[in-house]
Amino acid sequence: MFNKVQAVASRPGIRHWVAATAGLAMGLTMALPAHAEDTIKVGVLHSLSGTMAISETTLKDVVLMLIDEQNKKGGLLGKKLEAVVVDPASNWPLFAEKARELISQDKVAVVFGCWTSVSRKSVLPVFKELDSILFYPVQYEGEESERNVFYTGAAPNQQAIPAVDYLMSKDGGSVKRWVLEGTDYVYPRTTNKILEAYLKQKGVAPEDIMINYTPFGFSDWQTEVSKIKAFGSAGKKTGVVSTINGDANVPFYKELGNQGIKATEIPVVAFSVGEEELAGLDTKPLVGHLAAWNYFESIKTPANAAFIKDWHEFTKNPKRTTNDPMEAHVIGFHMWVDAVKKAGTTDADKVIDTLPGIKVPNLTGGVAEMLPNHHITKPVFIGEVRADGQFDVVWKTPGLVPGAAWSPYLEGSKDLKADWVTLKCGNYNTKTNKCGGA
Amino acid sequence: MSFLRDCFVAIVFAVVMLVVGSSARAATLEQAVAHFAAGDFSETEAGISEVAESGDPRAAIILRALRDERLLFSAAQNKVYYKDESDALFDAVTAQPIAGTGPDDLDSVHLNNRLRGVIDGFLGALTLLDPDPGRRFDAAQAVFKSRDASALKTVESALAKETDGRARMALQEARAAILLASDDASEADKIASVAIIRARGDQDALALLSSLPADTPAPVARAARDGVAAIQRTLAIWSSVQDAWYGLSLGSVLLLAAIGLAITFGVMGVINMAHGEMVMLGAYVTFVVQEIIRSHDPALFDYSLLIAVPLAFLVSGFVGILIERTIIRFLYGRPLETLLATWGLSLILQQAVRTTFGANNREVGNPSWMSGAFEISHITITYNRLWIICFSLAVFIALLALLRLTRLGLEMRAVTQNRPMAASMGIRTARIDALTFGLGSGIAGIAGVALSQIDNVSPNLGQGYIIDSFMVVVFGGVGNLWGTLVGAFTLGIANKFLEPFAGAVLGKIAILVMIILFIQKRPRGLFALKGRAVEA
Repeated sequence: MFNKVQAVASRPGIRHWVAATAGLAMGLTMALPAHAEDTIKVGVLHSLSGTMAISETTLKDVVLMLIDEQNKKGGLLGKKLEAVVVDPASNWPLFAEKARELISQDKVAVVFGCWTSVSRKSVLPVFKELDSILFYPVQYEGEESERNVFYTGAAPNQQAIPAVDYLMSKDGGSVKRWVLEGTDYVYPRTTNKILEAYLKQKGVAPEDIMINYTPFGFSDWQTEVSKIKAFGSAGKKTGVVSTINGDANVPFYKELGNQGIKATEIPVVAFSVGEEELAGLDTKPLVGHLAAWNYFESIKTPANAAFIKDWHEFTKNPKRTTNDPMEAHVIGFHMWVDAVKKAGTTDADKVIDTLPGIKVPNLTGGVAEMLPNHHITKPVFIGEVRADGQFDVVWKTPGLVPGAAWSPYLEGSKDLKADWVTLKCGNYNTKTNKCGGA
Repeated sequence: MSFLRDCFVAIVFAVVMLVVGSSARAATLEQAVAHFAAGDFSETEAGISEVAESGDPRAAIILRALRDERLLFSAAQNKVYYKDESDALFDAVTAQPIAGTGPDDLDSVHLNNRLRGVIDGFLGALTLLDPDPGRRFDAAQAVFKSRDASALKTVESALAKETDGRARMALQEARAAILLASDDASEADKIASVAIIRARGDQDALALLSSLPADTPAPVARAARDGVAAIQRTLAIWSSVQDAWYGLSLGSVLLLAAIGLAITFGVMGVINMAHGEMVMLGAYVTFVVQEIIRSHDPALFDYSLLIAVPLAFLVSGFVGILIERTIIRFLYGRPLETLLATWGLSLILQQAVRTTFGANNREVGNPSWMSGAFEISHITITYNRLWIICFSLAVFIALLALLRLTRLGLEMRAVTQNRPMAASMGIRTARIDALTFGLGSGIAGIAGVALSQIDNVSPNLGQGYIIDSFMVVVFGGVGNLWGTLVGAFTLGIANKFLEPFAGAVLGKIAILVMIILFIQKRPRGLFALKGRAVEA
């Protein structure tokens, strides 16, 4: 065995190659620890393959852009930031594994990641056990507040409730009859439960509410859409609240267009349809359908214009759209940077304690503040689909809406309070005065 | 002399009147249009009603431009412009063409749904007397929905002149709708109106009759209640016809997705988990063809699918042959390994497409002959679904003919029925294996062209169809094309009849349970192959 290796190594070309590899390997092992000391590592936990890649790849790019910008400004605490990108491949258990890898092997200071609620739930125990920080950028169903997680997307009271309020108003068409149409998983089910309770409280009769669920990736919408059409012909103004997720949206909107359901007759307000989803559609038949978000690409502010310009330069593609979860990462990243500067360290415990109260400007001219319940303040916009695939803001909340972790409209959640500053608890029961839920 | 003088006076008077009249009119239109420059919804609403009531002949042009987002304003110059269909810019007040692109801060006048409704109502009233009967029909429909009482006079005068049957009917319905909503129509008129609307009998009529104002006289309300009940009865019958149609349409999609698999799995016995990716490749071929057409010769767009079909067949077929030659031929007779290898292959193909084309959905347009819908009585039939049904049947027949009538088909059947015998007759079985697999994959590619019209074109497209395809082939009976046909349409129709009662999620579960029970009873599916070939 040994002889054989020697024989091989004695051939001149091969010997050089072996020597070079050995040198390189030694150089790497020596360089690595030194290298690790002068950078701060930032974990990026977004699916780059599988079904969720469609939404999450963009978020990875945004974090890379933000890190790049921060490094151009001289880094953080005198060190450069370094991105560690992993691919959990739209596989929920793999999210937990990859999170563990990021925190314990790569020693990242913070993680930006997750899209679906189920992926967030899957990584929660890991972040608790290893005591690290997760910034979660997507609108979600609420009913959660964890010490290690900062929710920069919208809670139900920052998206769903204002959207329903708008449809009830005169400008929204004074909707009296409601279809709650969703994909069958935790986010639509919880959101619809909250909305149903809210509508009933507003005096909507139970027979004027129709709730419908379809499987993930549903593509044959003919029956569902004609059901909506029939429900809408009872003589009262009807509106659809859609929590349909991901790929199922495109065939849904195509079928709406095919069956001639116009937004002036039955408006559809969606919570998961953004600029990105509309990119795969001919939007002309959809003009006037609505989406509720906390950010739209079409909002004209200097901060947004600068962001879009940087984004196009970074991706070298002047057609790439921007969307709401991207803004959430921008806000989250800047909050983390400010908290680290203020705390003077990237130590997770210190940063977690520093984050509440941090204020950074958002891209739409307001200020986002991290609240003690780890949610942030946001404006709510209602946008109508334009023929060019962008949204036209037709309504916005007068001020900023603070995110509420626990919905006041659900039994078992209305007595709960999240406060990580004074109470140090994510589910403090105000009836029993105990931490630990209902 | 006095005659001349009178003449002169009259002419002067006429000219003065003309000037005064036209300037007065221009002023009102100008004032009305000025509202649009404010960029505020309530101002825009005031502008819409003032433009509509100005009586200016260009009111309809301006409102149509507004509805189509072609009405533009410049806040800095406080002026309003519109673009015509060919994108040329005009001043909205003077109708003079504007050279160049106009002011820098040009922005379209924003609308919301309520304003769109208002515009449709006014436009309806303004175009009731349009020379084009199609437009008159649309206008009458718009008035039917807006029930704007001020349009009643125009509707009645239009009705008196109307010669086109369809437009006349729509005008009568519009008149009836207005009368029912108004306070001062007589009871007899209202009852007659209920009868007209009852005869219309669709969901809009249902909505109208069930939402009469609370102070409607009792006899009218009773007639309306009867009308609602009658309409609901007919609609219930039509809705089962509609379910059957939806079932056919779902069945055709299942057939398209499964028919390629009926060759690779059914005839050859290869468990090909990458079948869905062949469909996906076909859809991406359509996308590429459309992209090339868009950038080179947009006039060809309507033929894009016709061009894409043979290309998709070739691309997917070629990839299929490649897979068979490099992987599957080493795994014949080892179903478990084939399953794992093709599953891995499907992931590789998906990621390859994701890396090449990006993870986002790609927009594949419908050619004009596949867009829109027509109505047969109370059911709406969309052209894309209709064409897909025809297309799936055409593919089925072509495949059947290929297997039955051509030499290649004969050799394929021979090889799958008795390989050693076929080989000893001089058939190159390895070549036939590759061609058969290529044929199945190519057909999957053709299916992808059709599915790109109704589903997302994304790397995940195939995943959604693989389970359904196996379900159809197993249910229909392995090795039999007719089984696939009957299986696909049975499952489609059963699914669509279950969906209204059980919902989409439960409906799907019920179908799966039924198939499991059926396979227990008849393990070989609907059309089982008999004879020694099965045992081999």
